[in-house]
Amino acid sequence: MIDLEWVKDYIDISDQDLKELAVKITKAGINIEKVITNHIDNLVIGEVLKCDMHPDSDHLHVCLVDTGEKVLQIVCGAPNVKEGLKVIVALPGAILPGNFEIKKSKIRGVESNGMLCALFELGLEEKNDETYNKGIYEVDSSAKVGIDAMRYLGLDDTLYELDVHKHRNNDCYYHIGFAYEIGAILNRKVTLPYDKTNPIKDDIKKHFSLKVDTDKCPYYLAKMVTNVKVGESPEFIKRRLTAYGMRSINNVVDISNYVMLEYGQPLHFFDKDTLGDNILVRNAINGEEIITLDGQKRVLNSDDIVITDGVKPVCIAGVMGGENTEVTDKTQNILIESAIFDGVSIRNTSNRLDLKSEASIRYGKGLNFEYTEKAIERACHLLEKYAGATVLSGTLKHDKIDKTPKIVKFKSSEINTLLGITISDDDVKVELDRLGFPFEYADGEFKATIPFRRLDIDPYVNDIAEEVGRLYGYHNLVSTLPSVPIKKGDYAPDVKYRKIISKRLRTLGLNEVKTYTLVSPKMASKFKYEDKKQVVLPKPMSIDKSVIRTSLISSLLKVYEYNRDHKVESVNIYEIAKTYDASYTEESKVCMLMSGNYLSNEWLGVNVKVDFYLIKGIVQNILDYLGFKNRYSFEKVEVADLHPGICAGVMLDKKMIGVIGKVHPLITKDDVYVAELSLEALMNKVKAIKFKAALKFPLVVKDIAFVIDKDVTSDKLVDVIKKAGGKLLMDVKLFDVYTGEKISKDKKSLAYSLTFASYDRTLNEDEVMTVFNKIINEVTHKLGAELRDK
Amino acid sequence: MDLENILSDLKNDLENVKTMHDVSEVKAKYLGKKGAITSLYSKMKDLKDDEKKSFGALINNLKSEATNLLDDKKENIESQILNEKLQNESIDISLPATEIKIGAPSILEKMIEDVSTLLMSMGYDVIDGPEVEKDEYNFEMLNLPKGHPARDAQDTFYVLGDELLLRSQTSPVQVRSMLAGEGKVPIRMICPGKTYRRDDDDATHSHQFMQIEGLLVDKNISLSDLKGTFDVIAKHLFGEECQTRFRPSYYPFTEPSVEMDISCHHCKGKGCAICKNTGWITVSGGGMVHPKVLENCGYDPKKWSGFAFGFGAERLAMIKYGIDDLRVFYTNDLRESRVFERKEVN
Repeated sequence: MIDLEWVKDYIDISDQDLKELAVKITKAGINIEKVITNHIDNLVIGEVLKCDMHPDSDHLHVCLVDTGEKVLQIVCGAPNVKEGLKVIVALPGAILPGNFEIKKSKIRGVESNGMLCALFELGLEEKNDETYNKGIYEVDSSAKVGIDAMRYLGLDDTLYELDVHKHRNNDCYYHIGFAYEIGAILNRKVTLPYDKTNPIKDDIKKHFSLKVDTDKCPYYLAKMVTNVKVGESPEFIKRRLTAYGMRSINNVVDISNYVMLEYGQPLHFFDKDTLGDNILVRNAINGEEIITLDGQKRVLNSDDIVITDGVKPVCIAGVMGGENTEVTDKTQNILIESAIFDGVSIRNTSNRLDLKSEASIRYGKGLNFEYTEKAIERACHLLEKYAGATVLSGTLKHDKIDKTPKIVKFKSSEINTLLGITISDDDVKVELDRLGFPFEYADGEFKATIPFRRLDIDPYVNDIAEEVGRLYGYHNLVSTLPSVPIKKGDYAPDVKYRKIISKRLRTLGLNEVKTYTLVSPKMASKFKYEDKKQVVLPKPMSIDKSVIRTSLISSLLKVYEYNRDHKVESVNIYEIAKTYDASYTEESKVCMLMSGNYLSNEWLGVNVKVDFYLIKGIVQNILDYLGFKNRYSFEKVEVADLHPGICAGVMLDKKMIGVIGKVHPLITKDDVYVAELSLEALMNKVKAIKFKAALKFPLVVKDIAFVIDKDVTSDKLVDVIKKAGGKLLMDVKLFDVYTGEKISKDKKSLAYSLTFASYDRTLNEDEVMTVFNKIINEVTHKLGAELRDK
Repeated sequence: MDLENILSDLKNDLENVKTMHDVSEVKAKYLGKKGAITSLYSKMKDLKDDEKKSFGALINNLKSEATNLLDDKKENIESQILNEKLQNESIDISLPATEIKIGAPSILEKMIEDVSTLLMSMGYDVIDGPEVEKDEYNFEMLNLPKGHPARDAQDTFYVLGDELLLRSQTSPVQVRSMLAGEGKVPIRMICPGKTYRRDDDDATHSHQFMQIEGLLVDKNISLSDLKGTFDVIAKHLFGEECQTRFRPSYYPFTEPSVEMDISCHHCKGKGCAICKNTGWITVSGGGMVHPKVLENCGYDPKKWSGFAFGFGAERLAMIKYGIDDLRVFYTNDLRESRVFERKEVN
């Protein structure tokens, strides 16, 4: 929050429309979220010409008030209203805080044409017994009747609510820093506030010793004032703090806050008499305790920085002071601390203790050491002026701060290249002046020094380009395209594979879904078909997002359940995503889940239900498309959470690359089928396509059925048939599977039609029969099968 | 004259013919062994030789005429039968088709593909990178040293100590690309993918989301080049009438940094609830690659310059399709996603 009335102390903006100024500032990169103004229309200075008691009341007065244009009769209940008093008059039409509109009215039968106001009624003071009893605001007698009251009182205020990007968080959130920003935009100079004091001869060094015993405090200044009179703050300080949203406590505490809002430098005031005569800044000791200003006991650790009196902590540096050295109404002598602490350390401490304050936030963002010094001088000045303090000479100082100036050497051509603009050396000079960056210029080269208040700027020409660019206005940039060689962009190989498979699955009617990588331990523990350990996050946000999944099946099942519960029929979905195991090895997986009908037309009675063989068909479709024909097979495996009898491993080149199966009835009662394949395994080399002419000689088809043990797979049988069939066996097609009464219980009958042919001749019956008999022979001998219907 | 009668009799008979069987009967009556025409041949023997020839010719003519008549009739009846059959086979073409389902892409993937396709045509490669990433690549090389305040905003899921994390942005892929380029080759790439931050999931936050980031490193690249590139992307996604603007911004890995706005396509810039009455919607951030980042990744900032930009895939989709809840993308309600199964006019 920035108070523009306050900013006026440092830069002349009296000619500015503050709403328009806000737009200019926002365009230059300092985002003003909101312009808040407390101006109230129809509020003028008036003079009470006549004041009589209300005929029908013991406390109301009937006044005649000169408002400049008119003399109005106004009824007023304040005890302090009297003839000759200059007052604030709310004329009819004025809207006071709380959306309270002033209208002509009758009060106990007497006409009243407005209201004489107290400050709390205008939202300028807190409403409490004290302010209420004070009555209406008594305007200085020199005030001119009829003028705008808020403007006259200097209460007419505009506030900017900022939403500034992180890097400008430090210098834009105090009034002097913001004044420099306005200065850059309007090309005006900033004047720093008065900070001279009249120190007495007595030197602080006689009373105090300072030691800093940590590298987390590079800069520490201390000054001492005596004979402080704690009391009320001057009006302007109270008003400005109130507008900022801080409560006025007393002149001493208020000054510390006031200076912080001027220079961005938090100060800490110790009661010198309870502090003693030593300051030692050091890292806290593990388990060390301090009672902070809020009365809470805080336990510290060695990452915290503490201010001590040489022995015990008196302040958690940058975070909160200790109760033991607090400034009270009785305080007379004060030690003022103005210091820089390690920002990261302060952030960590305030986060850990859940103690965030205006001060700790500012320490956390970093400070300008020049202002550390300015702020302590300014505080002394204000204490001298407004708290009757006597300032001692000398400053205790610990100074290990890096004061190397940041210098950038550049040519304006570099800026032009970076921004794509053309500005001259003279233009750049103007811009640097506006920014308040001192520079030297010789032979077309600039040497600019970055002021310490701009902590965000690094000594690179890019940083200068940004400053120049934002003042030049990014809206003034032209659009060009990079002058780079024309080339074709492409998907990286793994992306291409993912795209190909994804597109194929969609063509096959599956919908792509997107689910979370982080799952619950319960989800992670399901469908573990691989010997993989899982990553459990050391600090998860919640238990349901605490494990990095190694399989997508659980996630897809969740999507299935959601859709089923919302009455979506036939959920057929897939996802391709990366998985990670406990060795952080990445494996991309493609997972499919199918259920319900794959193809249907009810009135026609067409109904292809999803079953194992259908999802197997989908998997084969992918594998065939990728060119793996004859290189893959399905092998019966058992996988937890899949149906033990309806489940297979997908083998490519004899290596298991995934699973396929029906979800175990204990997981879901619905018929749900899933398959998951490793995408990495699918990114496998395939042979180039070769043309193959169709058979030109007749085919001989022979059917055969075997009765065989139930646990022998068809694949195994076909393997034997193919080996025995040799070159002449062109195709083996299963056309019937039978189990039942006609054969024994542990057997099944598999019937195949075998196609024989040759590429170079017509086969004769004898040739075919020789092979056919060989097949029967091999199958019966090797697999213990019998020919059916012999 | 006998002959003429036969032909008119035949014609009369055929008038009454209805079925193929009738045709056979008529055929037998005239052309059968004892048929009226066949039996004429037996009269030949009673004729003189010179008459035989002309009579024979007459009979032959008669026979072929009769055959033609019969064949015509036969064809006629066949076509009648076929027509009847076809008539019977006629269907109600309005009955429902057997639906050949087509799957819909994830909205986010669709959005990403849309941008990828455009950028590939401009020479950008589309690259994937790991989601479990080194802190070094996710932060440090990108000018976000440990303790940098901007790290707070990207509150991160750490996986192992403070070394491995779930990437909070896709920018580490850019780092990897530059490292692979060894400071020698120009770079033009995008790296769409998943990212993770510690946010509670609600309508506007998601602990998992997708970014589409791009990087171009070459010689003499300027911020104006980024503006032109952004213009092309914005117009591709939101139409030719889409206006763009740059605003100053801050990212640790770019300098200067900009936020990129498009004119609100909903109100055409007049101001509405979607653009919060500003007429503009922020869709992207970017800027000139920070010289420290170039240096870290082995590219000499004196020789090379480049720009980087990033979009949120969710945000793009929300704006483009009028989706107002982030959770839509991860709930996967098929009733919603199926809308995206079709091609879109571009």
